[in-house]
Amino acid sequence: MKIIIDQDKCVASGQCVTAAVDVFDQRDEDGIVVLLNDNPPEDLAADVHQAAAVCPALAIVVED
Amino acid sequence: MSVLVVGASAAGLSTVESLRRKGYREPITVLGAEWHLPYDRPPLSKQFLCGDWDEDRTRLRPDTMLSALEAEFVLGDSAVGLDVERRTVHTASGRELQADAVVIATGLRARVLPDQGGLDGVHVLRTLDDAAALRKDLLEASRVVVVGDGVLGAEIAATARKMGLSVTMAGPQAAPLQSQFGPVVAGLLEELHASEGVHLKLGTAVTGLTDEDGRVTGVRLETGEVLPADVVVVALGAVPATDWLADSGLRLDNGVVCDARCRAAEGIYAAGDVARWQHEDSLLRLENRTNATEQAACVAANILGDAQPYRPVPYFWTDQFATKIQVHGRPSEAAEVTVAEGNLDERRFVVHYRRDRRVVAVLGWNMPKQTRLHRHHLVHA
Repeated sequence: MKIIIDQDKCVASGQCVTAAVDVFDQRDEDGIVVLLNDNPPEDLAADVHQAAAVCPALAIVVED
Repeated sequence: MSVLVVGASAAGLSTVESLRRKGYREPITVLGAEWHLPYDRPPLSKQFLCGDWDEDRTRLRPDTMLSALEAEFVLGDSAVGLDVERRTVHTASGRELQADAVVIATGLRARVLPDQGGLDGVHVLRTLDDAAALRKDLLEASRVVVVGDGVLGAEIAATARKMGLSVTMAGPQAAPLQSQFGPVVAGLLEELHASEGVHLKLGTAVTGLTDEDGRVTGVRLETGEVLPADVVVVALGAVPATDWLADSGLRLDNGVVCDARCRAAEGIYAAGDVARWQHEDSLLRLENRTNATEQAACVAANILGDAQPYRPVPYFWTDQFATKIQVHGRPSEAAEVTVAEGNLDERRFVVHYRRDRRVVAVLGWNMPKQTRLHRHHLVHA
């Protein structure tokens, strides 16, 4: 699993962090997405896909 | 089993994606009234309108991801009727589309002023084509009047200022978004717009337009004053696009009325802006981007046999000038507002909205991460 984030598209909603707190975080100053782990273990796959699905800016792409 | 999704925007596309993610492999048809492949609406009033993004960048998904869904997209054709018993949708071009489950995701249509029809220079902003037409007109204009003091009106006013136009915002509220945000936050928004050079004509109703040779020349207020304009944007909210369901027998009341699981009838579901579902002890309809995705996911699960009630924590955001406002929950004008983090003077804060001592909403102003961290006050409320 590989995760690609687009910080230019990100609208800082933080929905991804709510979905997968071990994989995503937000910058303190402006809330833009930060990737904590671009190749997380398989047991987080469902959470990561959920994060990509709920991102309102479509800023997360997951490649299996 | 087959699924027909009526509406090819965020809620429609999310329904398809959720069905596929959950392993559903049978046929899906998506009917879209516009010719465009699914695109995102929030950028239309901001990045697309000001020219930072082109049309391609507003696409919800690239071609590769769309084709991987293996859904049939029928575009440029609108639904004109629904036979609930047979779960059959009739289209403007004469198609009859039948499925075992039908998802209504036709969204909203913009409200207009009674006398705006046919006048050049008067716009609404709902679709990509609307936004492109408005942008073209704004590029040649020097004065724009935005009629409407809600989220969309305020965003358009901010974008038009950024484009260098002289901008006036007119609306009935005392301050922009006051009925949603209450006087404290709306007052700060009013200050923001004023400091960025937007002329505010608030607290007064618009009664009509003035025109000359088929082109708008201004906006008339109830006081008799006329605000001169080269371009007028009407942003008076929107109504659920349910005209095509008038004879369907479905209950229509400010949207498609659904049960707690977003079912309008046996085998008929609704998702997104158009859906008004049983939420706790009342009917609720939400007009925001995140609801389109979340409700679509719930509908997909229910089509596949889950029995999920839809119980979201509503979330929406608005970007105006360099300010990002994010809202979790349901704020209201009557709620008590207290600062929970940061401070108002620095224009970086999180406030709580309380009713009957319960936190009903959390609003952040240029504090995205911190705002999210306050969301739990709602979840456990």
